[in-house]
Amino acid sequence: MRKSKLGILMLVLALLLVFTAGCGGQAEKDQGQADTEKIKVGFIYIGVPGDAGFTYSHDQGRQYLEKEIPEVETAILENVHEGADVERSLEQLIQDGCNIIVANSFGYGDAVLAVAKKYPDVKFLHCSGLETEKNVSTYFGRIYQARYLSGMVAGAMTKNNSLGYVAAYRIPEVVRGINAYTLGAQAVNPNVKVKVVWTNTWFDPTKEKEAAKSLLETGCDVIAQHQDTPSAQQAAEEAGKYSIGYNSDMSKFAPNANLTSPVWNWGPYYVKTVKAVMDGTWKSEAYWGGLEDGIVDLAPISDKVPADIKKQVEAKKKEMTDKEWDVFTGPIKAQDGTVKVPEGKKMTDAEMLSFDWFVAGVEGNIGK
Amino acid sequence: MESATIALLAAAIVAGTPILFAALGELMAERSGILNLGVEGMMLVGAVLGFIFASNTGNHWYGLLAAMMGGGLMASIHAFISVTLRGNQVVSGLALTIFGTGISGFMGKSYQGMPAADPFRPIAVPLLGDIPVLGPILFKQDALVYISLILAIGLWYILFRTRWGLRIRSVGENPAAADAVGISVSRVRYICTILGGMFAGLGGAYLSLAYAPSWQENMTAGRGWIAVALVIFALWNPLRGLLGSYLFGGVEALTFRIQTIGIHVSSFFLAMLPYLLTILVLVLVTIRLRQEAGAPRALGVPYDREER
Repeated sequence: MRKSKLGILMLVLALLLVFTAGCGGQAEKDQGQADTEKIKVGFIYIGVPGDAGFTYSHDQGRQYLEKEIPEVETAILENVHEGADVERSLEQLIQDGCNIIVANSFGYGDAVLAVAKKYPDVKFLHCSGLETEKNVSTYFGRIYQARYLSGMVAGAMTKNNSLGYVAAYRIPEVVRGINAYTLGAQAVNPNVKVKVVWTNTWFDPTKEKEAAKSLLETGCDVIAQHQDTPSAQQAAEEAGKYSIGYNSDMSKFAPNANLTSPVWNWGPYYVKTVKAVMDGTWKSEAYWGGLEDGIVDLAPISDKVPADIKKQVEAKKKEMTDKEWDVFTGPIKAQDGTVKVPEGKKMTDAEMLSFDWFVAGVEGNIGK
Repeated sequence: MESATIALLAAAIVAGTPILFAALGELMAERSGILNLGVEGMMLVGAVLGFIFASNTGNHWYGLLAAMMGGGLMASIHAFISVTLRGNQVVSGLALTIFGTGISGFMGKSYQGMPAADPFRPIAVPLLGDIPVLGPILFKQDALVYISLILAIGLWYILFRTRWGLRIRSVGENPAAADAVGISVSRVRYICTILGGMFAGLGGAYLSLAYAPSWQENMTAGRGWIAVALVIFALWNPLRGLLGSYLFGGVEALTFRIQTIGIHVSSFFLAMLPYLLTILVLVLVTIRLRQEAGAPRALGVPYDREER
């Protein structure tokens, strides 16, 4: 009996040792920075950094931040599901000394606002959120601009004038992406149609692949997607057709099929924001940056795409970065042919953020 | 239209195959009297181990082997608890599912989002693949689809046409009587449960190595539970299980194809249909057939020799 108790004690001690050793590595990093206010950024992720999707793109941003401002320390809590655990996880990061918190999912909103009230000195950055507070900023990117550019590539490469779009949920963000993609494709190929299939998932490889296959069977020869898994890309690769990725450069999953991907690039925003906090110039804002800030971009375009198309894409990109033009500029017709945005008019941010109709050329039911 | 129907049926078979593997395993275990609700967990462990071994060896058959070992190992825990310790099978099975979900996520963490090294690809069977209509549906699939077909027919044959099958079924119906004629109840139950776990592991590996060749946490997305329901739907008959799993797979495939032809039916509604059917079948079974074709009578009941 005595012996086994001793054994358990040893085990506990050994575990503690391993645990503290693991933590020690991080804590040592910023000694010697004692003079300036220590900045520690805590990231709370909806997924895991290896998913090639949304969380992956955020973690790339975190690594970029560490590289650009070496004195900043970061911490991660991954795979935190939207729900009861969020508040506790946020508080844990704050207990660990984080004074900036990055929350990368829409559904963290309520928890972020509640915890922000309790800790007025901690700054919160809430991705794709709706509400700001004195210490809560929201941030997102105009990924629709990159979607438009990827649509141009798809429109130029289709042979049947039939594009497939594996859509996630019926929410304005997804609808906006489909519309931008369609307009981009029509800009280079007026006869093009975009077929939409909804999966009602962010993350279900088999469902998303099945949806892509169903589109390929109806004759679509370029497949685009809005989910976080590369399975739609794999379906296109197996069928010998083309695909457009999303979130990160997905060409490694479908080297022959993938033409390009609209990508997130959160790094510059994190660097800019953390610098502002260090300078004391930070103020809460609702940030929605575009191509000009580099927060959204287009991954390198495949060599299969002709050079003159690449040139056209570059030219359009420049128009957007120079703010001469934006995607949802009239005339834009809805599916039923009514003019929704008259010539010379531009949709406002508020209108774009509540998109609930498809542009002409989209074949699919928005199912309100 | 014809080609669309063929494509739909071919997709139904692909979508039904992982469920079929798992359902066959569960069917075998239940026929011997062991209810194993850990299917989802065993599938996940199979999926992750299959993916890890296939990526590291570059050979999908090693992955398959690892998946079967993993599923079998998980099932042996369940067998130990329910046969040797005569524990509560529902609790043990549920624990297995939760454990499998956790450990598969843990093991697969660094493999998330990696493309599969050597996925299973469709192989057309010579001659049979050229039969019009039936060829492209049945005989232009990957090797695992053929294996699942052979397993389903083989299991039916073993259960209903051999002495071995009779032993399994008698252990599931009346273990005391089986014991009295010299059949080792524990041995039969151990074998059936562990083999069943191996089948579930195969089902998981089908997802991560053939269907959507990649590993994503929780990628079975409830298919293990469908398999459990399917066993009831199939009235514990492997051939009905074969049809049932293709029916379930067909509904999954139909969900998206119905959208592409422009009919608007809520995808949530379609996803619900097979379960509605399961409930209906259960109701019919209990009203009409009662004894003849119902569940093995000793299902879920631990066998204790002393209690006779």
